Amino acid sequence: MLLFSCPNCGPRDETEFHYGGQAHVPYPKDADALTDKEWSEFLFYRDNTRGDFAERWVHSTGCRQWFNMLRDTVSYDIKAVYPMGDSRPDQPPADAAQTQQKGQQS
Amino acid sequence: MAQTAERENAVIRGLRRSPAVHLAEDFTRGSVSGVQGVTLREVPFLTMIGVRAAHGSAVWDRLGAVVGGLPERYGQVTGYTAAGGAGDSAGGAPGTAQGVSVLWLGPEEFLVIAPDAPDALDGGTFDGGAADGGAADGGAGGVSLLSGLLAALAGDPGQVVDLSSNRTTFELAGPSARAVLEKSCALDLHPREFTVGTAVNTQIGLIPAVLWRVDDDAFRIFPRASFADFLGRWLLDGMREFAAVEVH
Ligand SMILES: [Zn+2]
Repeated sequence: MLLFSCPNCGPRDETEFHYGGQAHVPYPKDADALTDKEWSEFLFYRDNTRGDFAERWVHSTGCRQWFNMLRDTVSYDIKAVYPMGDSRPDQPPADAAQTQQKGQQS
Repeated sequence: MAQTAERENAVIRGLRRSPAVHLAEDFTRGSVSGVQGVTLREVPFLTMIGVRAAHGSAVWDRLGAVVGGLPERYGQVTGYTAAGGAGDSAGGAPGTAQGVSVLWLGPEEFLVIAPDAPDALDGGTFDGGAADGGAADGGAGGVSLLSGLLAALAGDPGQVVDLSSNRTTFELAGPSARAVLEKSCALDLHPREFTVGTAVNTQIGLIPAVLWRVDDDAFRIFPRASFADFLGRWLLDGMREFAAVEVH
């Protein structure tokens, strides 16, 4: 059993959480302009990273809040837990526009 | 009109069936007295109101004024006790099982819990369950707890919803209550960590439930109605070993 550190509740069993897929997948700026192929890639295509992977989790049976987590897909090491809207802690900060979205569930 | 509504209300209250009523006898039989005792009972029909408000907003302040403040941190329970509240095993201090309590479920989500009073949800002056018409001091003078909260919301962003039928209440108490819970709850329930007056949303025996320590060895557990049968039997199973005579 892994322990996840919920930003609100502290360490809890992994069974209290649900997975929300890859983090930092921005919604297309103009979804109407996409081809079917581009749209399907936005909807269904995700990275299959070996190593550090940024993903979204929700504390379903706790505070019911979403957060981001950086997890090593090989060792299951949890490298970081950080708020929705923040950029990946292991990468240079994103542009100002993304910083402004902090707090939104993106 | 008001009298008709009152009569109908009384009829409906008489027809209610709590989610674990069929286990009442099992709970009594399975309860253990003595130094390693543990008792289980259902506290049916408590008033529960779901509240959502953005921290620091005007709505937050108005809703808080009705219920004695909204909790601001994980595990915190706020609330108030009605003057002259009837004696309850869990005592009468603010934020305990008597009176009106507000449990922190998330940064902007709370559960208001109040006694099963006919006037908590509609009509009359809600007095926090005080016996024999104790003085109303909840800041909701002249209106029910629910309508007091709805009036405080005043249509602004936020939420006030009657959730009384969503969950039932179990009370697990006695010197072995913590030992029973520890079999199926991964939280650190030691009193130095999980202090009296703490309430959290977590998992007990694989089902989601709100857990509230109302006294040193008394817990209130709030499972969803459909999980009440499972959790009741699950806890009874965990209590069985304490009925056996201890071997020295
Ligand atoms: Zn949480």
